[in-house]
Amino acid sequence: MPQPVERVGRPASPGIFAGPIVELRGPDMPADGADCDALTEADALRDALEVATAELRALHDSAPADAKGIVEFQLAMLEDPTLLEPVMERIMTGRSAANAWLGVLALQIADYEAADDDYFRARAGDLTDLKDRVLRLLAGEADAALPAGAILIGEDLPPSRFLAIDWSKGGAIVLERGSPLSHVAILARARGVPMVTGLGEVPAIGHVEAIVDGTTGRVVLSPDATSRLSLKEAEQAFAAEQKEAARHRSRPAVTADGIAVKVMINVAAPAETEAIDSAHCDGIGLMRTEFLFRDGHRLPDEEEQYRAYRRLLEWAGDKPVTVRTLDAGGDKPIAGLTPENETNSFLGVRGLRLSLARPDVFRAQLRALGRAAVHGKLKVMWPMVTVPEEFTAAAALFDEELAAMRGQGIACARPPLGMMVEVPFPALLPELFPMAEFFSIGSNDLTQYVAAASRDNPAVSGLADGAYPAVALLIRRLAEFTTAHGIELSICGDLGSDVEKVPDLLALGLRSLSVAPAALARVKAVVCRSRLGGGS
Amino acid sequence: MSESSAARSVLMKHPVGLHARPSVKLTRLAKSFRCRIEVAQHASGPWIDAKSIVKVMALKAPRDSTLHFRAEGEGAAEAVNALSALVARDFDEDHADAATS
Repeated sequence: MPQPVERVGRPASPGIFAGPIVELRGPDMPADGADCDALTEADALRDALEVATAELRALHDSAPADAKGIVEFQLAMLEDPTLLEPVMERIMTGRSAANAWLGVLALQIADYEAADDDYFRARAGDLTDLKDRVLRLLAGEADAALPAGAILIGEDLPPSRFLAIDWSKGGAIVLERGSPLSHVAILARARGVPMVTGLGEVPAIGHVEAIVDGTTGRVVLSPDATSRLSLKEAEQAFAAEQKEAARHRSRPAVTADGIAVKVMINVAAPAETEAIDSAHCDGIGLMRTEFLFRDGHRLPDEEEQYRAYRRLLEWAGDKPVTVRTLDAGGDKPIAGLTPENETNSFLGVRGLRLSLARPDVFRAQLRALGRAAVHGKLKVMWPMVTVPEEFTAAAALFDEELAAMRGQGIACARPPLGMMVEVPFPALLPELFPMAEFFSIGSNDLTQYVAAASRDNPAVSGLADGAYPAVALLIRRLAEFTTAHGIELSICGDLGSDVEKVPDLLALGLRSLSVAPAALARVKAVVCRSRLGGGS
Repeated sequence: MSESSAARSVLMKHPVGLHARPSVKLTRLAKSFRCRIEVAQHASGPWIDAKSIVKVMALKAPRDSTLHFRAEGEGAAEAVNALSALVARDFDEDHADAATS
């Protein structure tokens, strides 16, 4: 029996499953295939496309309503002469059918992968799915049905293969790449199939069994008795929690003694909101904007940002959406933007400091936000504010851009401006920031600056946890200050999603929490169980 | 009916733009007409075949862009009217499922 191996990836669909491992393999890459007989290859391609069409039609007929669109798109692609003509042209020059198909599809896929819009980018996965199906057929491999009740481990899982599996017998998905925003992840969440993505290489060889915890992103290969026991407990807790959370999802969060608490969500990419009904939360308490600067090779323009913000505001309807301006630096470097080789990046040019140092990038974001503000209840929040002058400087830049846009006749508005409280200075002296219309506690950074210990470094993370009493004291003082002055206070760090800490946060005086979308229902459930007694 | 031509423009309000599912519907409808139908994001072109999903998707037309249709041949007027109406009806989708399309 091999030693247990544990990996943690990005949770993509909650739930726990233990079972046998099945490795997912993509189709073999076709040989170079020069000097082939064109007529034979053309026939082979036609046959493969015919079978692929038949397979997809059958899949379409049995697919649930939410998945039919995915299959229809692939069918439409297969029927389009624009896709097939260049493949035939390549075959006529002596390429093998597989080589010609792969070459043309790879160009299409690369085009989608380069798209600015994440919805278009996600279609690369659908085309890869189609590409692999036809390659399999050309190689003479049948559409090897994947077994039910297994943990599928591989680089990626195409949506059509997901749909061909009988998930009623359980199972889980573990992907080396993949994304919580992919079609497969959406389907997995809808069916309650636990899924973890972005694990990097998983050394599954030699292992026959695994445990997958899609709630935390934990995967254990060849689990020992201890892992099994902790799994059983986690499984029971998860089942009980699901049951209770389902009852609370659509209800307002009100404590057992009748105190209303706002529960909002933290969003890292607009597509995350698609699985959530905006009626089930009190808005977005933290919209991160780092996603716009993905890969770091190109800065997004004003128009692209405007569209992304507007889409979120429309999703939220009359509920507030708090957008945090770019928070790069520290553990979130962006090539060409954040300083390189900073000796201590967590104490360096990051967050608002970086935006003020790069007004060209910052102004584009402010203009996009000003334009988006006319479409809903936008609020704008500065990250990593240390001194009041930074807040004032950022607000002045915003006002300049708004005035310029009004001069040009561009529709825009000034949203309420607030700030993250994650540096100890403003946490200790919030009275020096009377210009802030709201505060949101960034408990992750606040904790590590209070403890001078990184939470990501296992050697010192205990110190960060140990600093909680001091962080709690700062939260209590902030709550007292904001209540006395009628300023809104929220928390958007991990503490707010920690169900064990939520009752304590309420006792400290917080009445607004912004939590991870996956934690929304269980945080509401904890709020409803809490009793604050006389104090508020 | 003899050879004819027609053109029409329509503002697209679909929240994610001319995406997979709307493109499937648009090309399917276009293919139900015998005339040649082209679509463009600008009145000056470039014009692309409205019956090809590969080309329609390659437009990557975002929401709030105007789609221009032009058709030539049998039923050209009906074709541009039907396609414009589909876009104006938001591709008969409610926005909740647009995200997964």
